[in-house]
Amino acid sequence: MNIKLNIQAWCSVQNGTVICNGKKIVSTDNEQGFSEFAKQVYKNQQWEYPKFFKMDRLSKLTFLTAEILLKELTISSEEKEQLAVVLSNKSASLDTDRKYQDSINSIENFYPSPAVFVYTLPNIGMGEVCIRHKIQGENAFFVFDDFNPLFLKQYAESLAQNNKAPQVLCGWTEIDEKGYNSFLYLASPNGTLPHTEETIKKLYTQS
Amino acid sequence: MENPIYIQEPSLITPLGFSVSENVSAIEKEQSGIHEQHRTDILDTPFYAAMIASEKIDATFEKLGDPSKYLKLEKMMLLSVAETLEKSKLHISEKTALIIATTKGSIDALDPDNSFSEERAYLPVLGNKIQSFFGFKQEPIVVSNACVSGILAIAIAKRLIQNNVYENAVVVAGDLVSKFTVTGFNTFQALSNGPCKPYSKYRNGISIGEAAASVVISSEKNKTTAIEVVGDGSCNDANHISGPSRTGEGLLKSVQSAMQEAVISSKDIDLISAHGTATIYNDEMEAIAFNRANLQKVPLHSLKGYYGHTLGASALVEAIIGFEAMNQNKLFTSLGYDESGISEPLNIIQKVEKKTINTFLKTASGFGGSNAAVLFKKVAFEH
Amino acid sequence: MDALKQELKENIIEQLNLEEFTVEDIDNDDALFGDGLGLDSIDALELIVMLDKDYGIKLTDPEKSKEIFQSINVLAAYITEHRTK
Repeated sequence: MNIKLNIQAWCSVQNGTVICNGKKIVSTDNEQGFSEFAKQVYKNQQWEYPKFFKMDRLSKLTFLTAEILLKELTISSEEKEQLAVVLSNKSASLDTDRKYQDSINSIENFYPSPAVFVYTLPNIGMGEVCIRHKIQGENAFFVFDDFNPLFLKQYAESLAQNNKAPQVLCGWTEIDEKGYNSFLYLASPNGTLPHTEETIKKLYTQS
Repeated sequence: MENPIYIQEPSLITPLGFSVSENVSAIEKEQSGIHEQHRTDILDTPFYAAMIASEKIDATFEKLGDPSKYLKLEKMMLLSVAETLEKSKLHISEKTALIIATTKGSIDALDPDNSFSEERAYLPVLGNKIQSFFGFKQEPIVVSNACVSGILAIAIAKRLIQNNVYENAVVVAGDLVSKFTVTGFNTFQALSNGPCKPYSKYRNGISIGEAAASVVISSEKNKTTAIEVVGDGSCNDANHISGPSRTGEGLLKSVQSAMQEAVISSKDIDLISAHGTATIYNDEMEAIAFNRANLQKVPLHSLKGYYGHTLGASALVEAIIGFEAMNQNKLFTSLGYDESGISEPLNIIQKVEKKTINTFLKTASGFGGSNAAVLFKKVAFEH
Repeated sequence: MDALKQELKENIIEQLNLEEFTVEDIDNDDALFGDGLGLDSIDALELIVMLDKDYGIKLTDPEKSKEIFQSINVLAAYITEHRTK
């Protein structure tokens, strides 16, 4: 078996801007916080998915990037069902972990929230994307010190070579006190851009 | 298979002991590591959990370094990796991967009462501690995929080695019992008021546990009998972020993917080590999935009655006990089970018994709709 | 009682992030779960925390919570009878 993966499409979100396949989709005032930005994208894209507002910040970031990328593609529901999702970041779910930790620090005001606790895992946003698009393929969430294009390439290829997934949604989705950025791409035999470390890195840094 | 992958030299750091043999002997005697904990620094009321005394970890850690310089989970993982490396005599090369599986890492570093810097809660920092301690050449690969992390890490190692990215890998998994996780599961009203009872009619929730475990995964075998990783799969339910699927879809797909790859049918499987957290929804989901996969007659256990739910470590800890079951050809009891509390039949192991075990299936499921299944096979070689 | 019902609606919208609902959208007899507001199991747990935090009511029986969370009317009646703060 020798399947060659290419990059079919990509989408990045940072500094209040969404860019998909080189095209600016949303551009907002960078001064606003992430939650306001996410709400603006939701309204701008006219989504009807109220569950979005229940998600934590990492899941919102993951969800909105995937939502825009998958909308730009012609991908059937059968293809989606088999799609693998391989995501990564640096801070795992620490953004929400801190929020939960704050709720258990005080003895007088000790009311930890189950709706916050459930998001204290980095793969939950991936789960939200899978629920939304009925994706039932391979899933894995990785944590690295920095964006790691070589690993994404290697792992996506290993999934394809081992017949575990015909197409892989790969990327980086990071949010912490310092800011946020995400970059997702679809690795597929159908694409035209080469699935190499250099190209992945170039698309990531361009955005 | 063109490129077989083997398991070598497991190690365990758990409440049942700091060696695989101590763990197995406790399980043979049906001793549980779960006890009532009076730890008001964690929860204001007593709760059941399987915990390791910090004093014991520190005393054992002395041989490796200064215990005051490391967090509890770091010490557990370092002890585990040290033993696996020592027994396997693995030469760490440029082609050796370090794969770390955890859900929460050193989450206790976020606690204001903890003297360590908050930085230590970052998973790459935990990874770096282990990497630099043993001199791994490559950046660690941290897998944080809820409660399937430990077994998913084996699948990841296998896939990367089969694709010639690495020649071998050290996989280490670990998670803690912390104020963070105990209060969290408590708000979910998921904690059992006694040691958990997987698949039992009388169960009422989970018990949390802590553990670390490691193995070497390699394309080389170092014994005349070896355990080969023959198939794997990890599929999403696409159903709910915390509730298990009512149809067992993701688990079924994971098992099917592993069986298809291994070219094995349901009648070839000798033992299943299931997830069995002892929540009604999880146990029921598994019963449905295993029946759909026609695996309802295969002897099955959950080891949560011994270890509690050790989160990201659980599936690796439980797989290692499965390897010992294969080596000794013995079925270990599913502790806490009495009368069935599931709507479809499963062949739950009720006493220790001799049985030839050549093929073993390990499964796990977790939040985010995650599931994983890995199949192992015992193989003998000519000298 | 009406003030309590109003307060409950506001709190539910805020606590459960029901971004697309306003107080006027929720009728006192509307089903909170299932088809009504479309709440799920995590929302139910969150409501249990809200009862403890705002009204000093501790619920430990999941069956009991199903009964109480039927509608704003049922919930308000239960709170009025059992509140400790």
